[in-house]
Amino acid sequence: MSGKADIISQLQRDILRLQGFRSAQRDHSPVIDLGQVNSVFPDQTFPVGTIHEFLCPVTEHAAAASGFVSALTGTLMQYGGACIWISVARTLFPPSLKTFGIEPDKVIFIDLQRTKDALWALEEALKCEGLAAVVAEIPEIGFTQSRRLQLAVEQSRVTGFILRTSSRPVSATACAARWQITSLPSGIEDNMPGVGYPRWQVELLKVRNGRTGSWKMEWSESRFTVLVDQPVSLNIPDHQLKTG
Amino acid sequence: MAARFVTIWFRHLLTDWQIRRQPELQQTPFVFAAPVHGRMVITATSIPAEQQGIRTGMPVADAKAIVPGLQVFDEPPGKGTQLLHALGEWCIRYTPLVAVDLPDGLILDSSGCAHLWGGETGYLKEIITKLRAIGYDVRGAMADTIGTAWAVSRYGRIEPIITSGEEAAALMSLPPAALRPEPAALERLHKLGLHQIGSFIDMPGRILRRRFGPSLLSRLSQALGYEMEGIQPLFPPPPYEERLPCLEPIVTATGIEIAISNLLEKLCSRLQQEGKGLRTATLKAYRIDNRMVQATIGTNRASHHVTHLFKLFELKIPSIAPGPGIELFTLEAEKTEDAAPTQEALWTAGPGLNNPAVAELLDRLAGKIGAGNIRRYLPEEHFWPERSIKQTPSLEEKPVTHWRTDKPRPVQLLATPEPVEVAAPIPDYPPMLFRYKGELHEIRKADGPERIEREWWLDGGEHRDYYTVEDKKGQRYWLFRSGHYSGQQSQWFIHGFFA
Repeated sequence: MSGKADIISQLQRDILRLQGFRSAQRDHSPVIDLGQVNSVFPDQTFPVGTIHEFLCPVTEHAAAASGFVSALTGTLMQYGGACIWISVARTLFPPSLKTFGIEPDKVIFIDLQRTKDALWALEEALKCEGLAAVVAEIPEIGFTQSRRLQLAVEQSRVTGFILRTSSRPVSATACAARWQITSLPSGIEDNMPGVGYPRWQVELLKVRNGRTGSWKMEWSESRFTVLVDQPVSLNIPDHQLKTG
Repeated sequence: MAARFVTIWFRHLLTDWQIRRQPELQQTPFVFAAPVHGRMVITATSIPAEQQGIRTGMPVADAKAIVPGLQVFDEPPGKGTQLLHALGEWCIRYTPLVAVDLPDGLILDSSGCAHLWGGETGYLKEIITKLRAIGYDVRGAMADTIGTAWAVSRYGRIEPIITSGEEAAALMSLPPAALRPEPAALERLHKLGLHQIGSFIDMPGRILRRRFGPSLLSRLSQALGYEMEGIQPLFPPPPYEERLPCLEPIVTATGIEIAISNLLEKLCSRLQQEGKGLRTATLKAYRIDNRMVQATIGTNRASHHVTHLFKLFELKIPSIAPGPGIELFTLEAEKTEDAAPTQEALWTAGPGLNNPAVAELLDRLAGKIGAGNIRRYLPEEHFWPERSIKQTPSLEEKPVTHWRTDKPRPVQLLATPEPVEVAAPIPDYPPMLFRYKGELHEIRKADGPERIEREWWLDGGEHRDYYTVEDKKGQRYWLFRSGHYSGQQSQWFIHGFFA
């Protein structure tokens, strides 16, 4: 039986290879481990060297997505890589990146007024092989533009994260994965008062060659933890409980 | 080829200038005067005044006693220097290296220039006649050293052009002042009866040094060519410059591209040989309608990489308007630095800020969107959130202090805190709910307060009490109360969003 399973997984890998998917381990790039989320990705690995888009129509979503993306970027930058953060109307506060495992002085911020300039800068940055990741906060991106970016990363194998901040209905893109990150109430052991580690509802809306899904995740102690659904304890409004 | 220098002495610089402005003064004795120690002293005299016995340095009152109808003008301060600069610029037609020799002369480095005017006699004659035609009373001399040329132009009586090796002979009969000695040394020379250079030129150097100080000896060696004497050219030659004249005027973008790559190859091979890289470079395109267009590029780290620099210029090509045609391109590297030679093919650096590919990418971005839009931040030792980071233009600068992680900081920080309406029942407790942009947020969890005081030596105002709050949906915010709790009058602001 195991022989058959081996053959099937080998065939699956061959199909992926024929479809142009390259596995990450072969180029010795850092591996992002998302625990059980990995199972939905092609080849059971987080696809690096492609473009991921995040939908963040409101500021709170943008904050959550920035945190999630920073954590992913931090993993990609762990071997001393640099990151470029392109934004139109940036509000990101560099010191907070340290919480997500990024040395903020290794990030170069490019602040632009027009989306057109930002897309040009994004494409140029994605063509540069010396970078670990490129993050772009832009209002909107069209299909043709995303196709250009995808072609650029296929050459350079740089991972791109696009945070789409427009609140209008999303259009189709050529990105490899589409995510939506929303905040979840944090939890502290024994219902102690105070705010805990960041928790998110991570929704994978689309992924090429993979399956979609939705998970509850927490970023604590410099790694992701997937939370299994458990009966949520009653949230007592405990603002009366003084902390700090 | 031996160096040749021409010195020009403007004997009546200021008065000649005045006559040029007011030709009727030609025959009138007049002087310029400036206040020295509270009295007016003559600083420049016209030829008729000089003939009647008026000298510079004389008080105006004495001069008026000698020549009753003497006209006195106030000397415009700095006029002499200004005139010499203008004349020096005019002399650029004779040599590229012209220096101003204050107070009343010019020095021209004419090495290799004289043959264009049919020899040294023709060259010097041309300069002198042209300047005399303008109206300046000048004397000039040419020699292998600046010292000899200076001496002959001021004191020489026989021959203005001193051939190579004849310096000592030419200096023999001149007075010691021709060597530009210090006033004290000059006075002592005359006191000892040494009225001609010839009477002490053969004395041993150590005796001259003991009696008259080291400067006289050094001046003598400079005049004889044993010691170098430098000049400060009006237009310093750019150290790294390449020129490309075009046979036919260039009007197309392709033509400009070819010109740029041609110039870059020449410049970069020179830079590479000397172990240098350029930081800024300017391309100047001279058009046939006498106008000049230019494009400047800058790099983040010194580079002599032709392909990379060409890419930077490529972005600028649309801004170069060829008009009727470009006849000359010049490429000048204004700022160069030592560049470590890189083994590009064998040794590609790992990802990071010191990767040349990243630096080249940033150059390209800076060329199009402006370097001001590219930012990098370092930590600063301030608690006040807005001041806890500082911007740095350099890629190499390392943080001098650590990034703090002991206090929570939001992922998104608003540039200016926005006021929110809150319901905060008890002092020093987080609010129960707040309204931001019309939406009501019911607070479930909170941390704080974290009090951050204003740095009174930087600015004034209230302190802030920060609270990290989480609403019913799990969205996390950074709120603060400005100043102490004062019931309904408390001012609350939202300052950031946590992930």
